[in-house]
Amino acid sequence: MIRTEIFEAPAWYRREIMRYARIRGADDSFDSLISECIAEAEASLSYRVCYSVLSVEYKDDSLYLGGIRAPYDTIKKAIRSANEVVLFAATVGAPFDRLIQKYSLLAPSKALIMQAIGAERVESLCDAFCEKMDTDLSKDGKCLTPRVSPGYGDIPLAMQKDVFAVLDCPRKIGLTLDSSLMMSPTKSVTAVAGIVDGCREAEQHKCASCEKTGCAYRTERK
Amino acid sequence: MDFREFLHDHIVILDGGMGTLLQERGLQPGEAPERWNLSHPDDIIAIQKAYFDNGSNVVNTNTFGANLLHFDEDELTQIIKAAVANAKAAREQSNADHEKFVALDIGPTGRLLKPMGDLDFEEAVAVFAKTVQIGVSCGVDLIMIETMNDSYETKAALLAAKENSNLPVLVSNAYSENGKLMTGASPAAMVAMLEGMGADAIGVNCSFGPDKLAPIVREYLRYASVPVLLKPNAGLPHSECGCTVYDITPEDFSSITAGLVGEGVRVAGGCCGTTPDYIKALCEHISVTVPVAEQKQDTMISSYTHAVSFSDDPVLIGERINPTGKKRLKEALRNHELDYILGEGLKQQSAGAQVLDVNVGLPEIDEPAVLTKVVYELQAIIDLPLQIDTSDPIAMEKALRIYNGKPLINSVNGKQESMDAIFPLMKKYGGVAVALTLDENGIPETAEGRVAIAKKIIDTAATYGIDKKDLIFDTLAMAVSADKNAAKVTLESLRVIRRELGVHTSLGVSNISFGLPQRDIVNASFFALALVNGLSAAIMNPFSAEMMKTFYAYRVLKGLDDNCSDYIEFADSVQNNITIGQKTAKSADDELTLSSAIIKGLKDQAAKLCTEALQTTEPLTVVSEHIIPALDKVGQDYEKGRVYLPGLLMSAEAAKYAFEEIKKRMTGGGKNKCTVVIATVKGDIHDIGKNIVKLLLENYGFDVVDLGKDVAPELIVEETVRLHAPLVGLSALMTTTVPAMEETIKQLRESAPWAKVVVGGAVMTEEYANSIGADQYAKDAMDTVRYADKINQEMS
Repeated sequence: MIRTEIFEAPAWYRREIMRYARIRGADDSFDSLISECIAEAEASLSYRVCYSVLSVEYKDDSLYLGGIRAPYDTIKKAIRSANEVVLFAATVGAPFDRLIQKYSLLAPSKALIMQAIGAERVESLCDAFCEKMDTDLSKDGKCLTPRVSPGYGDIPLAMQKDVFAVLDCPRKIGLTLDSSLMMSPTKSVTAVAGIVDGCREAEQHKCASCEKTGCAYRTERK
Repeated sequence: MDFREFLHDHIVILDGGMGTLLQERGLQPGEAPERWNLSHPDDIIAIQKAYFDNGSNVVNTNTFGANLLHFDEDELTQIIKAAVANAKAAREQSNADHEKFVALDIGPTGRLLKPMGDLDFEEAVAVFAKTVQIGVSCGVDLIMIETMNDSYETKAALLAAKENSNLPVLVSNAYSENGKLMTGASPAAMVAMLEGMGADAIGVNCSFGPDKLAPIVREYLRYASVPVLLKPNAGLPHSECGCTVYDITPEDFSSITAGLVGEGVRVAGGCCGTTPDYIKALCEHISVTVPVAEQKQDTMISSYTHAVSFSDDPVLIGERINPTGKKRLKEALRNHELDYILGEGLKQQSAGAQVLDVNVGLPEIDEPAVLTKVVYELQAIIDLPLQIDTSDPIAMEKALRIYNGKPLINSVNGKQESMDAIFPLMKKYGGVAVALTLDENGIPETAEGRVAIAKKIIDTAATYGIDKKDLIFDTLAMAVSADKNAAKVTLESLRVIRRELGVHTSLGVSNISFGLPQRDIVNASFFALALVNGLSAAIMNPFSAEMMKTFYAYRVLKGLDDNCSDYIEFADSVQNNITIGQKTAKSADDELTLSSAIIKGLKDQAAKLCTEALQTTEPLTVVSEHIIPALDKVGQDYEKGRVYLPGLLMSAEAAKYAFEEIKKRMTGGGKNKCTVVIATVKGDIHDIGKNIVKLLLENYGFDVVDLGKDVAPELIVEETVRLHAPLVGLSALMTTTVPAMEETIKQLRESAPWAKVVVGGAVMTEEYANSIGADQYAKDAMDTVRYADKINQEMS
């Protein structure tokens, strides 16, 4: 069964916006620009997630999530021998893409901040969704593992096709996949997380396990 | 019985859900239900028969996703043939004695249309057309377009249905929790567009239960003259003991839905989660037998988000996108500077325009191509309805076709030739036409003459099936300097046409003062008189302070402005700001120089200081001694990590504002370096990086030809050859689109061996760039500028 959830705006995380906009350190000279962009963005943003809980099978030397063949170490490692996973897609909606497009032509500095806002928003939406799932699962003594997405590690982008076939994203949340495997609206994420016994582990920051320590986008966010 | 006749005299009962019932019969997640027409025909027939048996007049074929994007043509043909045969078999097997019809079901493609997605509008029309052609050849009774959540895709589907059949078409959209389509359209906007294009019934399906869809369907009932359709879900799904259960029972579902039938809905059924039991209960609850048809009189146009209605509250149509007498706009049109044109549109919107007139008529340009392009780009980012303004019928048709909504058409007149050209286009694409009261004999000198032409236009429109509510009459403002009675005749005809013929009116107000000094003074008074005489819309300059004063004052005095709030907001802007609609500097800093304004990224100050500098200094000197050194400073600071990317961009934008002032004073815009062709490669719709590069290259004096995003290799080659450009810049964001970049480079090597290629984008590295044969990898925009400078120096 595919379910759809609509969220209220998650709490804003300005430092993340600055990180995505490549503003490093404690520079406050863009504060007013960021505030102006946030104020303008709010009316164009919506927060939608569709998801399905799928059973996990290990057969023919491969991992299967529902009917999806997923022989990828990154997923295997992330879901930690779970018997079930939650597969989800999240988007902040098409009207926001028009806003980015508008400023892309008229004021690239604002387009850059809008891009950063979109990235922060959809990540915060994923966090909000996972937290909610985790809270629901905790009643049964279960929890959610960290999430991974097509394009991470050895998970190919081509897996998006399977994700879209299972989640019916266009109909449920207005999210589409194009012939180059790009999602429209652009500020969207698909991901999978395992459902396992116990409580969420003491959290590390999101990039802790990544080897690319020099990456411009490396975050300390948990 | 013919379905149209049945629809005219009856409440029509549709079917219920299909997907949920197929899942119960073993359809797996991710499996295509359409293939079940061939593999499990008995299951499909059993479900469809149950719907007919339980009261459905219309059953949809199981073809929701049956289109060329999901199946090749052979399989598609087999699927649709089998699907129609199954539905007909169900009809044959059902003993129910009510009227039974088979509808070809068409759902969305699952892709988003350009410019937000990658599916071209005409490609979408072709995809739907194939499904329609196959379905029609199998002998269905009607077409049902449903669950569409984007207005543009809905238009493509309806156009395909109309162009490939004469069958009745029902069109249903799926709304979000905010009462709009996923891409932003309101119910009123959809009613305006779909009714204009000739849908036989329109409405709402899927998303929620009938309770939550009620406010949306009531909006349809308020505006629609055609029958309204409602096909809700059985509420929202949840899981019980491993089964999917919907939260609204057949009893509740049918009592709410039947209640809405009582309010005027004429076509009703169910969507996800509903079963034959729901349809049976619905039939039992509906007490209305004879529907009441109500013709609405609203004159409405729409954009991809909202509708604008004409009423006693005047509508402002911004006239500034029209090259007549505007040197800078002419230059922008010739050079395809779309950002300048879009900027003019946005400025008019912030100055209060509710509709934008779009006229690109210049003798030396390809008007159909340029008009289509400008309309397409404007509607990508500006949510105002457009008034398409051209005398070229080919340009008019092309622009109407790709317009996302119901446009204003400027114009038709009383000449037979004009009506024969425009009315068929209106009938096909929808639209409200501005009708000029002139004919083969010219412009009548009397009010009676102009009113007579208006009557003739109304009568002729009726023969095409076009209602007078879709005509707005322009009684032609003529120069009072040439004829002292000109204004009197215009106003009298306006009054009679508005009050006695009961139709709406518009005027190109400023024509009245032609040949006089201080024209705004006359224009504003004429505008006030016209409003009093029944003017519904004015085509005017929203930057004119005098006109806007009249507009806001009139609305206050006529009781159209609640709490005078619009007026008060306007009055504040007049006090603070002499030039309306254009922001000026908040605090003038005496210490600020042109260079420091650019370094600090202060756009308006940079423009102002540049204007001042130009009074005493040659343009080229201003560029070389003030603007370029400032840009260099910021560029160096950026590379040293002292300035971040947003800072670099703000400075570049400030420099661009300064350059606009320079351009006004010299031809060629001060460009003195070589041509650079830039594009985001085919398949890639991300273009912020490319736009940043464009901005910086332009600032440094390069003649940048921006081909946009998702550009085919052939087009990049064609333009590079045509311009003999020495440098091409290509951008790609995704690993999946790098092959398109490689192909573009390969083709450039063959046809434009002189051209150097610089590449960049999120996935690019120096190694990657070398492996696909690029001449240079640029890690950021400044890097590109430096490489372009090197190429430019080598040439000179």
